[in-house]
Amino acid sequence: MRHVIIGAGPCGVVAAETLRKQDPDSTIILIGNEPIPPYSRMAIPYFLMKDIDEAGTHLRSDDFYDTHNIQYLGHAVENVDTDLKVLTTDDGTEIPYDKLLIAAGSKPLLPPIEGADLPNVHNCWTIEDARQIAERSHSCLEVVLMGAGFIGCIILESLAKMGVNLTVIEMGDRMVPRMLDDKAGGLLEKWCIEKGVNIRTSTRVNSIKEEDDVMIVELDNGETIQACTVISATGVKPNTEFLKGSGIEVDHGIVVNTNMQTNVANVYAAGDVAQGKDFSTGNYEVQAIQPTATDHGRIAALNMAGHLVEHNGSVNMNVLDTLGLISHSFGLWMGVEGGDSVDIYNEEAYKYINLRFGADKEEDVLVGASTLGMTQHIGVIRGLIEGKTHLGVWKSRLMKDPTRLMEAYLSCTQELDNVV
Amino acid sequence: MQKSLHLDPAKCTGCLQCEMACSYEKLGEFNPSRSVIKVFTFHEEGRFAPYTCTQCDEAWCLRACPVDAITMDMSTGAKIVIDDKCVGCKVCTISCPFGTINYVQETGKVAKCDLCGGDPECAKACPTEAITYIDANATGYDRMKAFAEKSLPSANTSA
Amino acid sequence: MSWTRKVLRVNLTEGTCTPEPLNMEWANNYLGQRGLATKYLVEETDPNVDPLSPENIFIMATGPLTGTMASTAGRYSCITKSPLTGAIACSNSGGFIGNEFKNAGLDMIIFEGKAASPVYLYIENDLAELKPADDLWGKSAWEADEMLHAKHQDPNLKIAVVGRPAEEGCLYAAVMNDLHRAAGRSGVGTVMASKNLKAVAVRGTKGVKGLENPDEFMKTVTDGKKVLADNAVTGEGLPAYGTQVLMNVINGVGGLPARNMRDVGFEGAENISGEAMHEPRTSDGKPNLTTNGACFGCTIACGRISTIDQTHFSVKDKPQYHGASGGLEYEAAWSLGADTGVDDLDALTYVQFVCNEDGIDPISLGCTIAAAMELFEDGKIDLAETGGIDLRFGSAEALIAVTEGVIAGTPFGKIIGMGSKRVCEKYGAPELSMSVKGQEFPAYDPRGIQGIGLAYATSNRGACHLRGYTIASEILGIPVKTEQTESDGKPELVKAFQDATALVDSAGLCIFTTFAWGMEDIAPQIDAACEGDWSVDKCLEAGERIWNMERQYNNAAGFTSDDDTLPKRLLKEAIKSGPTKGQVNRLGEMLPIYYEVRGWTPEGVPTTETLERLNLS
Repeated sequence: MRHVIIGAGPCGVVAAETLRKQDPDSTIILIGNEPIPPYSRMAIPYFLMKDIDEAGTHLRSDDFYDTHNIQYLGHAVENVDTDLKVLTTDDGTEIPYDKLLIAAGSKPLLPPIEGADLPNVHNCWTIEDARQIAERSHSCLEVVLMGAGFIGCIILESLAKMGVNLTVIEMGDRMVPRMLDDKAGGLLEKWCIEKGVNIRTSTRVNSIKEEDDVMIVELDNGETIQACTVISATGVKPNTEFLKGSGIEVDHGIVVNTNMQTNVANVYAAGDVAQGKDFSTGNYEVQAIQPTATDHGRIAALNMAGHLVEHNGSVNMNVLDTLGLISHSFGLWMGVEGGDSVDIYNEEAYKYINLRFGADKEEDVLVGASTLGMTQHIGVIRGLIEGKTHLGVWKSRLMKDPTRLMEAYLSCTQELDNVV
Repeated sequence: MQKSLHLDPAKCTGCLQCEMACSYEKLGEFNPSRSVIKVFTFHEEGRFAPYTCTQCDEAWCLRACPVDAITMDMSTGAKIVIDDKCVGCKVCTISCPFGTINYVQETGKVAKCDLCGGDPECAKACPTEAITYIDANATGYDRMKAFAEKSLPSANTSA
Repeated sequence: MSWTRKVLRVNLTEGTCTPEPLNMEWANNYLGQRGLATKYLVEETDPNVDPLSPENIFIMATGPLTGTMASTAGRYSCITKSPLTGAIACSNSGGFIGNEFKNAGLDMIIFEGKAASPVYLYIENDLAELKPADDLWGKSAWEADEMLHAKHQDPNLKIAVVGRPAEEGCLYAAVMNDLHRAAGRSGVGTVMASKNLKAVAVRGTKGVKGLENPDEFMKTVTDGKKVLADNAVTGEGLPAYGTQVLMNVINGVGGLPARNMRDVGFEGAENISGEAMHEPRTSDGKPNLTTNGACFGCTIACGRISTIDQTHFSVKDKPQYHGASGGLEYEAAWSLGADTGVDDLDALTYVQFVCNEDGIDPISLGCTIAAAMELFEDGKIDLAETGGIDLRFGSAEALIAVTEGVIAGTPFGKIIGMGSKRVCEKYGAPELSMSVKGQEFPAYDPRGIQGIGLAYATSNRGACHLRGYTIASEILGIPVKTEQTESDGKPELVKAFQDATALVDSAGLCIFTTFAWGMEDIAPQIDAACEGDWSVDKCLEAGERIWNMERQYNNAAGFTSDDDTLPKRLLKEAIKSGPTKGQVNRLGEMLPIYYEVRGWTPEGVPTTETLERLNLS
């Protein structure tokens, strides 16, 4: 059996690792599109801040692939022929497969702005991007960051710690609008401003120009900012262009069933590129988050190895550390119609917790949550959501004091005798 | 025979000797806030519940780690955080559905129970045998773990 | 080191919080907590200060072992001048806040002055600030605790707080912490409230470290824990029955006073005993006792977590009292029960709950109500005065009505809030106040147990069992049995207990350890933790030094040997029946010997020689 995996991010590597365990005698080929060992994008900010060296971003130790008999190729795949079951890389190599996993991840979107393609407008997506930003920002005082979404905020932390004067432009009305509600996003903005970062929400970049090595960023509010580097973090999209003509169905991402199979036999998809099942909504959506990517990778690999294993859906969740303020969102953090919700908001202490409960028969089930400034036992939020745990009397206690989440969790999931 | 921690809320008095023993072993100081075993008090019910990682087979934290910083101690079955590798991204903390791996602001890394290499200090410090380290089969630990896990449908996906 | 070497000075008048280094010379002489904070009080205030004036200071202090793994080492004390007695006040509490102070890097907090309007002190490690507490004022301790937890969104925040009686000037208001632990005696809560300080909320995550000899410390701690576990009292009796293990024992030996000490021996003792707390009730089949609970680091776990029968008249329409909470301990069960003649366990548990909820010392409350009951039965108080309460011995309804009146601040409740001395003086029968220096007695009759009478009479904070618990020897035979009705040898026994206790109270440890631990168990733990020499001898000397310092403070505050006395009833009215029939307390024989043993003049003043020996001159 010959397994080929396109994409050497966490999803692809976990899939390769799982396949090796399940199918010891198979051939496993892992293809990344960069000529360096598989690494984690999650680790790039820490690399940028010099917390770790480049090896510290690697997903596995460098001898992992040899010792597990996984062939690793650092080339971009240009074409997939699903009839002949063969793919072609950018150097013309043809690689046949018996089973194919597409875990090609996503790539940054370039905003439709004049000047977005200038050489001094960087993404911060690859190790190579990070190297360039680090080099450029070394002698740089002013940096403009376009986008205060999840990835923008991760980079924000690194840039601010590098000591540059940073201005962040976000077209949404708050920071991380796809992860945090008004209150949490507003509090995060206040935090960033207090830490010396300039934040412009509800603001768009009209154009970027370069004059004498100075970048001039023109905003839709008439303001002009001069910078030596502009970094773009305005969103990502699934990496599916190379599948044109392959017959593999692509919607927002690659369409898969609960076994992570595409519409084409022997082809699977997983991770950021796949439109997998969302636990909370039951819909098939691109989540593009790390825990989902590894879940997908493992389940796809199990199916490729002949185990019929279903993916029940991943809880969409995020954790973000912005200059020391930690925020989380889980599941249906915006709530569901007819479901109760409770929050406490402490502006002074930068603390926020918002719990969302289900409706009707799930009125005492946690379906989503967002928090700011919480670090302890945070995972139980996932446990309660994914367990669809009926909270019983603890629902009303949480409505009164949502910080008692851990007590509620223990009472409802552990055998504590007298505890109701 | 693999051993595991057995936690018995009915015997716990809430004295926090376990939390002190844990922090003293790991940090050389008495600092309950940094203990990876925690005792929760149920005031209205008059109950105390010691709680820490069950070293579950699914190892959600280990699988979620983007930099391979969590590994398994083959002698004890404990999932262990390698501090030198942990970058502090916190993905494991949201992945663990038991909430037993936590980010530590002071170190910028995560921390969890490592069973002290097979001689857990919390169990030795407990005055009432609410925490014991005994044969996994005999503990009722499986029952406790099953109880926690049965509520997690995606746990069924492990092959 | 084990001291954090940091004191937080809070000037409530100015609204400032200023850290300063701990005076290590004093620490080496007075150890910590009771001893060291008293040294600060002595040095910084006039002994004649009005206790409720801004010029009095109020100190919260930990011991050097507080926050370490030594068993029971989670204690802290409130030290000030008492408004109830006018003497030194030092009230010790367990729970979890002592450790939190220590983990926030503080040995001690000194409050000076008075805030212009209600405030609370918020501490998060090195951050300390006074915040407005107008919304907390007028709330019970439990309500304020809940509001502060919600406001700071931190379940781990530890809170010490006063209730409504403290705000209203009740002279025996407690400082509550962790909902049901109390710095209970001598009105330390009243002083805190007089400064417009409603609460102290603290979160500490810095760690307690830097012990002098860590390996040796851990060894002595492990040894100490084993001694406690192997001892019948600390290993079995206290965990199973709490201090309530004593109710039937003391009653059985003719040492349990009843009905304002008119009688000795209480026919209803069994109904309110530790054993009774284990009996399933008829209504719901559950016992009063839910479980035992420990304070921070305590391997004994004597704390009672109880529930009240939900059908009981006291709570049947009050669901807020249907959950479990801190239940009866022996002294409270006696004062609220035997001393008032009430043997209704649920009624007493309810009164205990509300004492915790609003921060009242149940010993002084029960004894004052008992005194008022005798005044009522003697016709010195009438129904008009009590607001219609038929205040007779044995009436659970009356006990509850008066308690609720103290909390609500009714006219009669405010009178009861003054304590038995002032109540009995007001109604023309001062001899009916069962108190010394204005503080009410605990649960041991000085006629049936001689040594405890001398301990009460000479206690530096007024009548108290925790200043020299000779019951250990006279009843339980710890460390050696002495005859309870014998007065010979008791002055020496009282001094030994007083000095040892002063040291234990200064270390961060719980006095209950001494049922099993001698100084030879305690000193090595202190010595391993702290710099300097803390041998057994040095520890006992420090204890004696602390005792004499407190005595000098009281003498300077105007107390004389005339105040080292007991109510006439205990000296003249012989016990009418039971195993100790015919006994009175023979204080007159013991006191002069006690002074001599202490190295004091016949007037009760430490001699120059004694002061020099103790490095107090």
